[in-house]
Amino acid sequence: MSRAPIVSLEKVTKTYHMGQNVLNALDGVSLTFQEGEYVSIMGPSGCGKSTMLNVLGCLDRPTAGRYVLGGQDVSAFDDDALSGIRGKRLGFIFQSYNLIQQLTVVENIEVPLYYQGVPAHESREAAAALADRVGLGNRLDHKPFELSGGQQQRVGIARALVNDPLIILADEPTGNLDSRSGAEILALLDELHGQGKTIIMVTHDNEIGERSMRVVRLRDGRVEADITHG
Amino acid sequence: MDDLRDMVRHSRGGFTLSRLRRAVLLGFKSLWLHRLRSLLTVLGIVFGVCSVIAMLAVGEGASFEAQEQIRRLGSNNIIIRSKRPTGTKNLGSQQSFVLPYGITYADVDRIKGSIPGVRVVVPGRIIKTNIWHLDKRVDGEVVGSVYWYPRMRNLKLLKGRFFSQLESLQKANVCVLDEKTAGKLFPITSPVGNSVRVGSDYYRVVGVIEAESRQAGRNNAGTKHKGESKGSASVATARAYIPLSAAKDRFGEVLVKRNSGSIEATRVELHEAVVEVKNKAEVEETARIVDEILARNHKKRDYEIVVPLAELRAAKKMAQVFNLVLGSIAAISLIVGGIGIMNIMLASVTERTREIGIRRALGARRRDIIMQFLVETVILSGIGGLIGVALGIVIPYIITAFAGMITIITPWSPLMAFGISGLVGVIFGIYPAIRAANMDPVEALRHE
Ligand SMILES: Nc1ncnc2c1ncn2[C@@H]1O[C@H](COP(=O)(O)OP(=O)(O)OP(=O)(O)O)[C@@H](O)[C@H]1O
Ligand SMILES: [Mg+2]
Repeated sequence: MSRAPIVSLEKVTKTYHMGQNVLNALDGVSLTFQEGEYVSIMGPSGCGKSTMLNVLGCLDRPTAGRYVLGGQDVSAFDDDALSGIRGKRLGFIFQSYNLIQQLTVVENIEVPLYYQGVPAHESREAAAALADRVGLGNRLDHKPFELSGGQQQRVGIARALVNDPLIILADEPTGNLDSRSGAEILALLDELHGQGKTIIMVTHDNEIGERSMRVVRLRDGRVEADITHG
Repeated sequence: MDDLRDMVRHSRGGFTLSRLRRAVLLGFKSLWLHRLRSLLTVLGIVFGVCSVIAMLAVGEGASFEAQEQIRRLGSNNIIIRSKRPTGTKNLGSQQSFVLPYGITYADVDRIKGSIPGVRVVVPGRIIKTNIWHLDKRVDGEVVGSVYWYPRMRNLKLLKGRFFSQLESLQKANVCVLDEKTAGKLFPITSPVGNSVRVGSDYYRVVGVIEAESRQAGRNNAGTKHKGESKGSASVATARAYIPLSAAKDRFGEVLVKRNSGSIEATRVELHEAVVEVKNKAEVEETARIVDEILARNHKKRDYEIVVPLAELRAAKKMAQVFNLVLGSIAAISLIVGGIGIMNIMLASVTERTREIGIRRALGARRRDIIMQFLVETVILSGIGGLIGVALGIVIPYIITAFAGMITIITPWSPLMAFGISGLVGVIFGIYPAIRAANMDPVEALRHE
C-alpha cells in the first residue's frame, strides 16, 4: 500500500452561514486517498458526507484548506477550470441517478464526452460499449422512465465511467434501490474496483461499508475514524 | 482506456461545427418535449414578424398608390381649379342672382402672356350632369377640353381615339368616355361608334380613356383603396370628354341648379386649367407666380392651385412617417413576442434546474449552458421568424384580394423582419441563459 496519493485534503473546512449561525459542515478535514482505493464515507445524517463528496467532486470549493487532485491544487481553480476537471477526471454516481429525462440511455452516457468535444461517432461508440458492459446493450434507445431504478443506476455508472475518470464519486448509490438491485450495483462497483478504479462512496449502510477496504467515519464535520481493512 | 483519456484531454476546446449541430439537435429535442409550450412561444414571434412585413407592405402600397395618382396629374403641371368662394352660399336664395366665380379665359391669357416658361395652358370646363345611353344613366361630369388633353394628363387611351383638332374647331358632337362611364353605359357592346345623350344633345363616342385620378388636392392623398368601391371619397367621377368649343356652345356659362326649393345659378367660365412648366425645377416658383397673377384679378379666392410635384413630395414624406409608425407598432409586437420567449425560457430554466446541475457536474462550463439555452431561443425565434415571413408574404395578397388595397412587399422587409426576430431571440434569450449558467451546481443538483 505505498502507492502515490491521488487525492489529498489538507485541513479542508466548509462553512455555511445561516443568519447569525455559522456551521462548519467540514471542520479541518485532512485525508489522502491512494489510487485504486475503495473508500466508504460513513457517519450520521448531517455529519458532512455529501459536503465532502461535493468538495472532492469540484462541485463546491472549500472555505479554507487545500485540495490536491492528481498533483494539482484545485482549490484555487476558477469555474471553467473546475468544470474541466469534473469533465475529464471525475465520475459521479448519484443516489437519485440524475439521468437527463429527454435523452436516451446512450445519449445520457455520452454527455461527459460531449462536453469534452469528442466527435459524435467516437462518443457514441464508447457509450454503447459501456452500456453493454453494465448489461444494457439492448436498451440503448430507451428513455430513463422506461427503466427500473437498478437499470437507471447502471446507466449512471456507465456515464461515470465514460470519461475514464481518476476517481469515481458515489453518494449513496444504492440508497433508492431495493436490496437485490442494490446488490447488483455493489457487485458492479466491486468489479470496477477489481479493475483498478478508485472509488469513494458515501453510504449509511454498515454492511456495505464493511465490503470496502477502507472506511472513513465523519462526525460533525470531523474525521472520527479512518479504518483500513486488511 | 488511457489513450481515450489523452484524446479527451486534447480535443476539448474549440466550438466546432459538429458541436453546434449537436447543440441545435439537442435544442430541437428539448423544444419538442414541450411542443405546445414551444408553439405558443413561437406564435408571439410569428405575429410580430408577420405584422412587420404586412404593415410595411400596406404602407408601401398606400404610398405607392398616392404617388402614382399624383404622378398621373403630371409632375410638370400646375392645376388651377375654379372653386366656389366661401361665404357666398346664402346669396343663392335670391332668385335672380347669378353668382359668377372661377377662372376665366382672360386669366388664361394673362398667364400665357406673362410667364415665359409656360408651355401650354389647357383649359377645361366641367359640367355635372347625367349621361345617357338608351335607358342607362350615369351621374357624372361632361368635361370640355382640348384635343391634347390625354397627353397632358398622362392618360392612356383604351379604345378608339381622342377627338381631333378638326373636331374641336368644328365644335363636333363627339365624345370620349372614361373607362368607368363606358363600362356602365355599355356593359356588353363596344361604346365606340355608339352615341350617348347629354340633355337633348347626342354625342358620338370615338374612344375610351383611362379613368382620371381626382385625388390630388382633395387632401386625401393617403387613401389607399384600389379600384372603384362605391361611395368612397377617392372614387373618380364618371366622365365624358367633349371639345371645349362644343361645351361652350351647348352648356353656356351659367349653370342653374335646383336645390330643395331654392334655385341657384352660377357662372363659371373655366373649371380647370393646366399650366405645363418646361423645367421641373421651376414648377413651384411658377405656381407662386400664377397665384400672384390670379390674385390680382380675383378679389375672392375663387380658385385653387394644385401642384402635383409638391403634393408628391408631401405624399412621400407622409409615407415615410406612415411607415415609421407602422414599423414601430410592428416592432413593439416583436418585442412583446421576445418578452414571451424570455418568460418561457425563464420558466424552462427553473424547470430544468436539475438538468443544468447534472450537466455542470458532468463537465459543462457556464458558456456551454448559455449556448444550450441560447440555441433554444434562437431556434424558437428563427422558426417563428420563418413562419412569420411566410405569413407576412401571404397576408398582403389576401388584403389585396379582399380589401382591394395595393400592397407592396419590398425585398428588404422580410429579411429585416427575420433578422430582427433572430436578434430578439438572442437579446431576450441571453438573460435566462445567463441565469441558468450562474446556478450553483450543488444547489441545482439538489433541486427537486
Ligand atoms: N447549502 C447549505 N446551506 C447551509 N447549510 C448546509 C448546506 N448544505 C449542507 N448544509 C449543512 O451542512 C451539514 C452537512 O450536510 P451534508 O449534506 O453534507 O450531510 P450528510 O452527511 O450528507 O447527511 P445525509 O446523510 O443526511 O445525506 C448539515 O448540517 C447541513 O444542514
Ligand atoms: Mg448526504
